[in-house]
Amino acid sequence: MARVSVTVDGVRYVDDVPPRTLLVQYLREQLGKVGTVVGCDTGNCGACTVLFAAPDGAAQAVKSCSLLAVQADGGEVTTVEGLAGSDGTLHPVQQAFHEQHALQCGFCTPGMIMAAVDLLQENPNPTEAEIRDGMSGNLCRCTGYQNIVRAVQAASQASGTGSAVPPQAGPADTPSTAGVA
Amino acid sequence: MIPVAFEYVRPTTVADAVSALRSAGEDGKVLAGGQSLLPVLRLRLAAPSTVVDLGGISALRGIRLDGDWLVVGATATHAEVASSPLVATESPLLAAVARTVGDRQVRHRGTLGGSLAHADPAGDLPAAAVALDATVVVAGPSGQRAIPAREFFTDIFTTALAQDEIVAEVRFPRTPGWTARYEKFHRTAQAWAVLGVAAAVRRQNGSIAEARVALTNAGPTPVRASGVEAALAGATDLATVRAAAAHATDGTTPPSDASGSAEYRRHLAVVLTGRAVAAAAGL
Amino acid sequence: MTATLAGPEVGRRRLRKEDQRLVTGQTRWTDNLTLPGMLHLAILRSPYAHAKITRIDVSAARQAPNVVAAFSGAELDNQGVLACAWPVTEDTVLPTYLPMAVDEVRHVGEPVAVVVARDKGSAVDALDAIDIEYEPLPVVLDLEAALAPGSPLVHDSAGTNKAYHWVFDSADAGTGASVASAEAEVTVARRYVQQRLIPAFMEPRSVVVDPTGGEWTMYSATQIPHITRFLLAATTGTPEHKIRVVAPDVGGGFGGKLQITPEEWITFAVSTKVGRPVKYTETRSESLVSGHHGRAMIQDITLTAKRDGTVTGLHVKLTANMGAYMGIITPGTPLLGAFMYNAIYKFPAYRFECTGVFTNTTKTDAYRGAGRPEATYAIERIMDELAAELGLDPLEVRRRNWIRHEEFPCTTVAGLVYDSGNYEAATEKATGLLGYEALRSEQAARRASGDPVQLGIGISTYTEMCGLAPSRTLGALRYGAGGWESVTVRVLPTGKVEVVSGSTPHGQGHDTAWSQIVADQLGVPFDDVIVLHGDTRIAVKGMDTYGSRSLAIGGIAMVQAAEKVREKAKKVAAHLLEVSPNDLEWSEGAFRVKGNRDQAKTIAEVAIAVFAAHDLPEGVEPSLDSEATFDPSTFSFPHGTHLCAAEVDTETGRVTIRKYVAVDDIGKVINPLIVEGQVHGGVVQGMAQALFEDAIYDESGNLVTGSFADYLLPSAADLPEIVCDRTETPATTHPLGVKGVGEAGTIASTPAVVNAVVDALRPRGVHDIPMPLTPERVWQAASRQEGAA
Repeated sequence: MARVSVTVDGVRYVDDVPPRTLLVQYLREQLGKVGTVVGCDTGNCGACTVLFAAPDGAAQAVKSCSLLAVQADGGEVTTVEGLAGSDGTLHPVQQAFHEQHALQCGFCTPGMIMAAVDLLQENPNPTEAEIRDGMSGNLCRCTGYQNIVRAVQAASQASGTGSAVPPQAGPADTPSTAGVA
Repeated sequence: MIPVAFEYVRPTTVADAVSALRSAGEDGKVLAGGQSLLPVLRLRLAAPSTVVDLGGISALRGIRLDGDWLVVGATATHAEVASSPLVATESPLLAAVARTVGDRQVRHRGTLGGSLAHADPAGDLPAAAVALDATVVVAGPSGQRAIPAREFFTDIFTTALAQDEIVAEVRFPRTPGWTARYEKFHRTAQAWAVLGVAAAVRRQNGSIAEARVALTNAGPTPVRASGVEAALAGATDLATVRAAAAHATDGTTPPSDASGSAEYRRHLAVVLTGRAVAAAAGL
Repeated sequence: MTATLAGPEVGRRRLRKEDQRLVTGQTRWTDNLTLPGMLHLAILRSPYAHAKITRIDVSAARQAPNVVAAFSGAELDNQGVLACAWPVTEDTVLPTYLPMAVDEVRHVGEPVAVVVARDKGSAVDALDAIDIEYEPLPVVLDLEAALAPGSPLVHDSAGTNKAYHWVFDSADAGTGASVASAEAEVTVARRYVQQRLIPAFMEPRSVVVDPTGGEWTMYSATQIPHITRFLLAATTGTPEHKIRVVAPDVGGGFGGKLQITPEEWITFAVSTKVGRPVKYTETRSESLVSGHHGRAMIQDITLTAKRDGTVTGLHVKLTANMGAYMGIITPGTPLLGAFMYNAIYKFPAYRFECTGVFTNTTKTDAYRGAGRPEATYAIERIMDELAAELGLDPLEVRRRNWIRHEEFPCTTVAGLVYDSGNYEAATEKATGLLGYEALRSEQAARRASGDPVQLGIGISTYTEMCGLAPSRTLGALRYGAGGWESVTVRVLPTGKVEVVSGSTPHGQGHDTAWSQIVADQLGVPFDDVIVLHGDTRIAVKGMDTYGSRSLAIGGIAMVQAAEKVREKAKKVAAHLLEVSPNDLEWSEGAFRVKGNRDQAKTIAEVAIAVFAAHDLPEGVEPSLDSEATFDPSTFSFPHGTHLCAAEVDTETGRVTIRKYVAVDDIGKVINPLIVEGQVHGGVVQGMAQALFEDAIYDESGNLVTGSFADYLLPSAADLPEIVCDRTETPATTHPLGVKGVGEAGTIASTPAVVNAVVDALRPRGVHDIPMPLTPERVWQAASRQEGAA
């Protein structure tokens, strides 16, 4: 057993955990923070994404299945459950996911939302290509990603810095050629 | 899903880390960013008795200049490397490669030292280290030793690191003013590189004065494309670049697997080398 | 039927009521559940594709720390069997399918022993202590090898690997002529291989069984709680009325959770043995190897035509991989395409044959579209081949053969009656949105200049059948159950409305769409409706969710139930207004006195009166609820035109989708937002079959693509934006005019993408590239055949 002290969504927890405990297991099974989910065992799907700030670092998106709980000792975790305001006001990214219909079954959604929050934190005004690339650590099987991209665009705009969400699907239609053509 | 139980050690000095590894013996495993190790543990493909976490050792962090060298601490993350103004200026190729590793979340945790020590033939950063003639500084029971990157990678998932050694830092010769491109060819954004080409060039008076080229996943270890480099000297046009790229298959022994045959990888080596060099040189 | 159709809710882009919980993490996934005293189950799985179990001893595992019990297959003597509901012929081979193997294993990943412990880690650790020895047996993986004489047998007792042979012939059915007699100025014969796919829903399957008090509650991440309950009772001998099955939030299915699973049955049996709640949640690796797979068939297609492009006949021979066992509808899945190979085309002769084959692989079963994507792929690919053969534009060949809009209703050569459609309109809209002519010009320019990046345009003018299915039809096809659906509408005393839905969602947005429909039907606010589902104690009757059936069938039941409520309410309203029911009309959400509109009663006003029951008309019961169960008499037939413009880098083989246009005709739309979401996701799943996904076995029968690191699902970075539009030809067979949309995108997009890539390379003599179109395969096609005829 190893002693860990972790702040999750504003609450400080102190626990003894077996070292092999994954952060996501700790969140779900020991703290009851079941809003964060597990979708794979190879770090591909990103469903377990949370924001993590090490004691000496800034908050960044991480896959909580690829981090041991003991590695989070002294740090601070924000999950999808900790994003909304205390009065229940949705975070702009949560609101945008709702308004743009960026979720269907909703299983990938916690990870998608946390990844989007992280992306916009670093790049408040991403292009569509930057969004698609920036969200490539998260898999969704329902939406085809289209409305997820639009939600990130909308959240970017809602934060006052982003470009407008295009009114209806209007794909880039520019011819391209090979790099050395 | 759940790793086999292990002892966990989180030393705060390099010396303590080395002695922890030493006492753990063959069943000890180093944890840096954990982005490769954790999945391996979860799938129970490895079952170390002791995991030595380098995360608490501040001496392994940071990016700095030291004379002619850009020095990157072993536990500097890919995100730190990719976004560092110092790396962007002093080693544009390293920055370009670091930006392509994994995904955002992985780059936030994964480390340069971890990537090199893991020595996955499909990993991106080993090719950068080999292309740039980096020196891997490793720490062991008897202090530090420096290993040239070309000698560091010895086989698939195998390095010159002894069991009780860790990567301390990686020293890159400063290449300010060089321009670079990493052509990573993968089937999906999440997939490992089928093949990758890391290229950096120094241009002078409109021609390529010097070039550094290395290939990812063209053999068990990164392949330095010396033939390409030699043929690029003085190149001023695309035709010369393409002709030089034909040497990209020299010394390669690419694998055949589900993501591509050896023949296809050799073909890609040539095409992507041409593209990487052309892009790096602005041609 | 006389439903109120054009209300203010239906047709609105209503934001989903499901979302608030899901975006804040307030979810009810099965794995979130923790019950008092709950134990955790871990499963030991076979590493062999085919072997005898010569020795198994779990006693050491029982001694491991925190372990409560452990069982081999033989020791779990209450495990029951897994039933197949669809023996497609009288002589279909249905081998005994035990949840946990007893003597012999027939695919990698088959359960052989289980441990149940206080915590998950202890359960998994104790698997190592199980003593098991195998004697490997010969493995058969290849479909044609499995049918060859002398092949190793997956099931010795069957004496063959052939599971069944099923035939539809239009000459025998009286719906057309014999293919042998078809005029054949041109014959195009092709073999297409539908690679094996994995549904890969994002939520791994999870099951919790609580046996407390001699009654069983099973919580399961399933699409089919009602069918699961029935089959648990039927196959384990547990009285049905003591079983409750709950599907809480379910994270995607795509057919992959249309199954009764070994894991559910094992957990049920183990919880009974230990008398405590037991949870099992699969890892992704377990999910990929144990959950059923889809597609996996060889299609030998022969099309005959006249030189003017008129199709005269189609002969389809399928060899379909069943895997090692028959899942709930394994044998029938390929046959769901049998009536769809003729697609939107008129021709006089059609023959379809399917041979089901056992192999030492994970079983196959329904995956989004189930039979129809395969059919659409084959016909839309071969129509392009016919066009190439004749030197015609592929759109022109389609125009010359499709059913014209004035020809509906139309009985097809497969015997189905298409009620409605307008292929011309959808195609015209799609070609306009794509910029078809301009892209053809650009294609010609690129060909002329020898551009290393070539351009291709792929066409898919698809139709499909939704609303599975008329019970009589299912009976005729030997499926074991009906295809009806049930809905209860209940008005509460305060005027709020409970809609109890037999079909249960896993991402489709039932709560929102059903609320819109019922709000219009009863004149109540959208927010005053709650939709209940997914619990057999609440939604007592249902046939569950698959085959784009929820709205197409459940929607009718819902309208009928609401109408019954309104009929009853009308009597009460008339009584309260002291007029005859005949003097009332339903208008703007209330019963109004004809000629005196202000004299009116809303449903809410009636509800409180019914609740009080002080003054009800003679013979009216004091309740305002109604149930309807609807069994369709026919299918619905959405259709559309999807166009894909793809760039092919001939130097690397990289395919980049430059523009994708989806114009779908799904009839009336309840909620355009939800419809577009279904189309986006469906199209991308179809693209993923075309370009990325492939479940690969090695020669020993190990699943090589056993994790998400190897089974490549595309991310946002790998895909284009999709241009969506619609035409609207209401279904004439449905009171709401709806058709269904859940599978359309997947059905349409795979051939559109592959046609585009083949089109790009056709001048190089390329006529086909096997799926998935990996860069290496495309590069090989582009380079090796360069200059060929």
